[in-house]
Amino acid sequence: MRIGVFICHCGSNIGGTVDCARVAELARAFPDVAYATDLMYSCAEPGQAAIEAAIHEHKLDGVVVASCTPRMHEPTFRRTVERAGLNRYMFEMANIREHVSWIGKDKEANTNKAAELVQIAVEKLRRDKPLTAKSFDINKRVLIIGGGVAGIQAALDCADGGVPVVLVEREATIGGKMAKLDKTFPTVDCSACILGPKMVDVAQHPNITLYAYSEVEDISGYVGNFTVKIRKRPTYVDWSKCTGCGACTEKCPSKKTPDAFNEFTGPTTAINIAFPQAIPKKAVINAEHCRQLVKGKCGVCAKVCPTGAINYEMQEEIITEEVGCIVAATGYDLMDWTVYEEYGGGRYPDVITSLQYERLLSASGPTEGHILRPSDGKEPRNVVFIQCVGSRDRSIGRPYCSGFCCMYTAKQAVLTKDHIPDSQSYVFYMDVRAPGKMYDEFTRRAIEEYGTEYIRGRVSKIYPDGNGRLVVRGVDTLMGEQVEILADLVVLAVGVEASKGSPQLAEKLRISYDSYGFFMESHVKLKPVETNTAGVFLAGVCQGVKDIPASVSQGSAAAAKVLALFARDKLENDPQIAAVDVKRCVACGKCIRCCPFGAIKEVEFRGEVKAQVIETVCQGCGVCTSTCPQGAIQLAHATDNQILAEVNALCQC
Amino acid sequence: MNFAYYPGCSAAGSSADYEMSTRAVCRALKIGLQEIPDWNCCGSTPAHAVDTELSAALCVRNLDLAARMDAATVVTPCPSCLSNLKHAGKRMENPAFRARVNELLDNPAAEKLPETTSVMQAIASCRTAADIAANVCKPLKGLKIAAYYGCLMSRPAGLMQFGDPENPTLMESLLSACGAEMVDFPLKTECCGASFGIPERPMTAVNSGRILEVAANMGVDAVAVACPLCQMNLDLRQKQAAKAVNVFFNMPVLYYTQLMGLAFGFDPRELGLHKLCVSADPLLQKLDALRREEALAEAKAKAAEGGNA
Repeated sequence: MRIGVFICHCGSNIGGTVDCARVAELARAFPDVAYATDLMYSCAEPGQAAIEAAIHEHKLDGVVVASCTPRMHEPTFRRTVERAGLNRYMFEMANIREHVSWIGKDKEANTNKAAELVQIAVEKLRRDKPLTAKSFDINKRVLIIGGGVAGIQAALDCADGGVPVVLVEREATIGGKMAKLDKTFPTVDCSACILGPKMVDVAQHPNITLYAYSEVEDISGYVGNFTVKIRKRPTYVDWSKCTGCGACTEKCPSKKTPDAFNEFTGPTTAINIAFPQAIPKKAVINAEHCRQLVKGKCGVCAKVCPTGAINYEMQEEIITEEVGCIVAATGYDLMDWTVYEEYGGGRYPDVITSLQYERLLSASGPTEGHILRPSDGKEPRNVVFIQCVGSRDRSIGRPYCSGFCCMYTAKQAVLTKDHIPDSQSYVFYMDVRAPGKMYDEFTRRAIEEYGTEYIRGRVSKIYPDGNGRLVVRGVDTLMGEQVEILADLVVLAVGVEASKGSPQLAEKLRISYDSYGFFMESHVKLKPVETNTAGVFLAGVCQGVKDIPASVSQGSAAAAKVLALFARDKLENDPQIAAVDVKRCVACGKCIRCCPFGAIKEVEFRGEVKAQVIETVCQGCGVCTSTCPQGAIQLAHATDNQILAEVNALCQC
Repeated sequence: MNFAYYPGCSAAGSSADYEMSTRAVCRALKIGLQEIPDWNCCGSTPAHAVDTELSAALCVRNLDLAARMDAATVVTPCPSCLSNLKHAGKRMENPAFRARVNELLDNPAAEKLPETTSVMQAIASCRTAADIAANVCKPLKGLKIAAYYGCLMSRPAGLMQFGDPENPTLMESLLSACGAEMVDFPLKTECCGASFGIPERPMTAVNSGRILEVAANMGVDAVAVACPLCQMNLDLRQKQAAKAVNVFFNMPVLYYTQLMGLAFGFDPRELGLHKLCVSADPLLQKLDALRREEALAEAKAKAAEGGNA
């Protein structure tokens, strides 16, 4: 075998702390190495051309590149060697940037370690065999999890592109957080008016199947062929009969049911339609508060329903759908701000969240769009907004910025003045972050035209003065003094956190999530929509905090990824997968039980039971190979022999 | 349960009533307080404001004496002493700091110094609400009380381990167990102005005034405190505080131990109530009247029952 070794300087990234020419020199002594050199930028066009030329000139049949992480450029170099006529799997990579040059400053030690890593790669490559990918069919349907604005956009774009969409929404209606907003910044246009038509499009689109009040229970399979189990929670209303007339909600006697859609700013009925523009516009019974379901007597809704849609016996249902790829768009929740005891820990009724304030501002909210204090139903005069409650606060483990609060607070201050002209709004802020299009101009308007008082500083205490108002005490860091404001209403810009259940869903999707529960993109800059699991894409706040325009953009971007994937008729598998040596297999079945992908089955082979790998399902994780007591199952390009050869190379260094 | 007891200087002077009531309550609850022999001042604010090591040396001498008593835990009623003792104990974990402090001491401090905690936490750690209620013979039922901890008791949160630094609730649990109606007092951890009463009197007056004003607006019969300096600012300086916020108060400011002691049936003089500047007599009269009415109503009910039978 003739192996070529290329040591990349990566500019000064590697060359700064590794003697690349020396590593190449050492590599020439390794077995089967026919050629070794160092290159300034091996991934750049001249670098790739040099590799191709060397393959021809020195008749190489395998290549090692020592550079950065294979996550970044393994596919690049596989294409390079393929262009020069080699099998693309006759290529190995040694990571001497992340694993060497970036983490150590001692040039001599780094150079030695880099040479060791190269030797390991050479030993592995000596035992590599040319591999060929298998192709398989794609199921051209997409699952979209989450019906907020990002999920809606992704669903509509996919559906318009001719792809059948399965949209799963946890709540009774799609619309997400945007549906709860009164107006949107920076144009102050009505949220329901711009989102409503899109929601109707979802309901009417022939390519979209909507499962509301449902959750993803289980996902199996792989890119191109996922099987998804969806759990439909019981609504106790037969939606095929419900016309959304609302007769049941008018007559329901259980009128003190907490109203989650209105952020608990007012009560609702046990049978309820979230809001007038709900999609689907169907009634749902809250089982915890329905008298019929709790006490077994009432049945008023069943009596008044003109279509006989009420079914108190309804059970949950599991539905199975087959799809080719998945978009996660599960959005966010607000953190539990009651940890802030200095703001009353939730004990003062007139300290509310900004999302609750949106519901007070909204014409379809509990106060029909009039700003009234929760405590006494009076109109406030002084409204204090506090920014960053649960954002940029390391003391409670929330060091990140929630991104959009500066803007909606400015909007809410503007709306407060519109609703109550003789009101005065105050905003306590850390920094005003308004980098979007027309954002800073909008904040200036809130300050200059609407007379909002912006105070740079934090609030240390909110307490009732005993006469029905709240004392808000903070610091004005620009003036260097304490300020106290007598407020009638305090609105907290509560920080964003990952949607409840995000880590559990990430595990079902087999994607990574960060320590705050946000889903991890494949590359923070260059692959913000992809995940490290093929065929799973991200849209909206589930990937990281973003506002409506950014969520819509990412929804469309995810749809573009789906359409690009489905533009092909077949997909190729990665041939670096497991294979069973039938001579050694004793049919113990351990590999079948441990395979996380269900990729191993039992087959009859010359009258004996044996294990067999389903090539298009195997993801090459290697769990089976370490479980097999016989060493009968081996992972191509990570065989036991290869791993031992690598260890030997390292121990001999 | 026995604790090494560090009274602190105030106990020997301005807060003699805190000392009397603390000992009375612990006696009633059968909590042994063994006074550290030959204890010295913790250095209070002046020492730690000038020299951390000097402050630590003063504290460590006391902790070392307690260690020689084989005490696992030192308890003190005063939050300022508590803060100094805890800080000193924590800083002694640093070997370099320990070496410098040992140089200031006559002999090197014991390797393992005892933990320090407040009398309040010590009571709660070894007596349940039911144990406390069992000692109550004159319930505080009908009295509305604001618990005021001051700024120091719960801060810094990591060191003091006194519940939520903004909303501790331990005093409420103890006094509720005695029957008192505790209000949700929002300024319970605000600063009273502390020792600024001497160099910067208006600041203390405004801070204390605000605390008293909110308490008065909430309609409480008394403010319960746990700190000798807070007590002084709210009680002795109540007139100054009233002038600063332009409201007249007549608000009794009692140590929580005095209130517990009343519920346990101690004579007010035994608890040092006569030492308060704002008299607690109206409070005592109200409590007596409440209990008398209750007793009469009970007797009446019993008589009616007897008549029926």
